[in-house]
Amino acid sequence: MSLLAQLFFSFFNIGLFSVGGGYAAIPLIQQQAVVLRHWLTLTDFTDLITIAEMTPGPIVVNSATFVGIRMAGIPGAVIATVGCILPSCVIVSTLAYLYYKYKTLRLMQETLGCLRPTVVALIASAGLSILTLVLFGEEAASLGAVRWAGVALFASALFVLRRWKPNPIVIMLLCGMAGVLLHVLDTGLM
Amino acid sequence: MEKEQTKKPYLKLFLSTLALSAFTFGGGFVIASLMKKKFVDELHWIDEEDMLNLIAIAQASPGAIAVNASILVGYRIAGFPGALVSILGTILPPLVILSVISLFYEAFKSNEYVAAALQGMQAGVAAIICDVVLSLGSNVLKTKDVLAILIMPVAFCAVFFWKVNVVYVILGSAALGICRGLLRRKEGKA
Repeated sequence: MSLLAQLFFSFFNIGLFSVGGGYAAIPLIQQQAVVLRHWLTLTDFTDLITIAEMTPGPIVVNSATFVGIRMAGIPGAVIATVGCILPSCVIVSTLAYLYYKYKTLRLMQETLGCLRPTVVALIASAGLSILTLVLFGEEAASLGAVRWAGVALFASALFVLRRWKPNPIVIMLLCGMAGVLLHVLDTGLM
Repeated sequence: MEKEQTKKPYLKLFLSTLALSAFTFGGGFVIASLMKKKFVDELHWIDEEDMLNLIAIAQASPGAIAVNASILVGYRIAGFPGALVSILGTILPPLVILSVISLFYEAFKSNEYVAAALQGMQAGVAAIICDVVLSLGSNVLKTKDVLAILIMPVAFCAVFFWKVNVVYVILGSAALGICRGLLRRKEGKA
C-alpha cells in the first residue's frame, strides 16, 4: 500500500472510531501513527498533542495535517485530513437527514427534550475545566496559587460579553493581546 | 420546502465557519458555544432548540465535534451543498495553520509570547462559554420541565466530577427521553 493510501486509511480509521471528540481520538492516533506505522516517535507524538491543543481546530484534523505533511508533504496533509473527516461526513449527513425528517415525531421530541439539558451540562463542564485552568494553572486548585491576572481577565471578558454582546472572536483577540501585555509587564518589572 | 430561500448564503456560511474555526482554541464545546452565538444570536439562522439538538448529535457521532457540528449547521442552512461548504470552512484553517507550524514547531512550542497570548485567550474562552451556559441554562429553567431541569445538574456532575464518558451520558439521557415518550404515549391511549 502506498504511503498516501496508508495515511488515508489510518486517519479514516481514527475518524471512524473516535466517538466523543478530541480526547477520545488521542489514543487512536497514538495507536496508528506511533505503534502501527512508526510515523512518529513518542516524543513527536507528545509534541503533536501539545501543538494541536495550542492551535485552533479539532485535534484529529490537526494531527492528520501534522502527520500528513511530515510524511508526504501537502498532498499527505490533504489526504490524511480528508480521510479523518470522511466518516463524519457520511454518518453525520445521514443523521442530519433523518433528524430533519423525523424531528416532529412525538418520541423524537421527548428524546431531544432530554438531550438539550444534557448538552448544556456538557458545555458547562467543558467551560469549568478551562476556567479552573485559567484561575489556578496546571497545578491542582489551591487558594494560594490563584492567578489573579487570569481572574481579572476572565471577569472583565465575561462582563463585556454580558453587557455589550460583542463578537466573541473580538473577545478572544483582546484577551490574547492582554495576555501578551501582562507577560511583558510581568517580565519587565521583575 | 416552502420557505426555500432564493439565494443560499453559501459565502456567508463559508466565511462564518472559517472565522469560527480559525479562532477556536480547545475542544468541541468551545466551537459549539461560538456557533450558538454566531448562528443563533447573531445571524438568526437556527433557533436555540435546534442548535442544542444539533450539538447533541455532533457529540454522539464519531469524529471531531467541530466538524460534525459544522456539517449539521451547513445542512440545516443549505442542504448537502451547505454541509460541504461549512466542512471546507471548518477544516481549512487548521490545515493551513498546522502545515505552517509543522515546519518550525520547535520555535513555536517554546515561544513565551505565544504561550502568553494563548493563556490570555484561555481566559476569553472561559468567559465565552460561561456566557453561553448562563443563557442556555436559564432557558432550560424557563421550560419548567422538571425532568429537564433535573437532568442538567446530574449530567454535569456525571461528566465533571464522576468522569463518566460523555457518550454514555448522552445515551443515558436519550434513553430517559425515549422512556418518557413511550410512557406518555401509553397514558394517551389509556
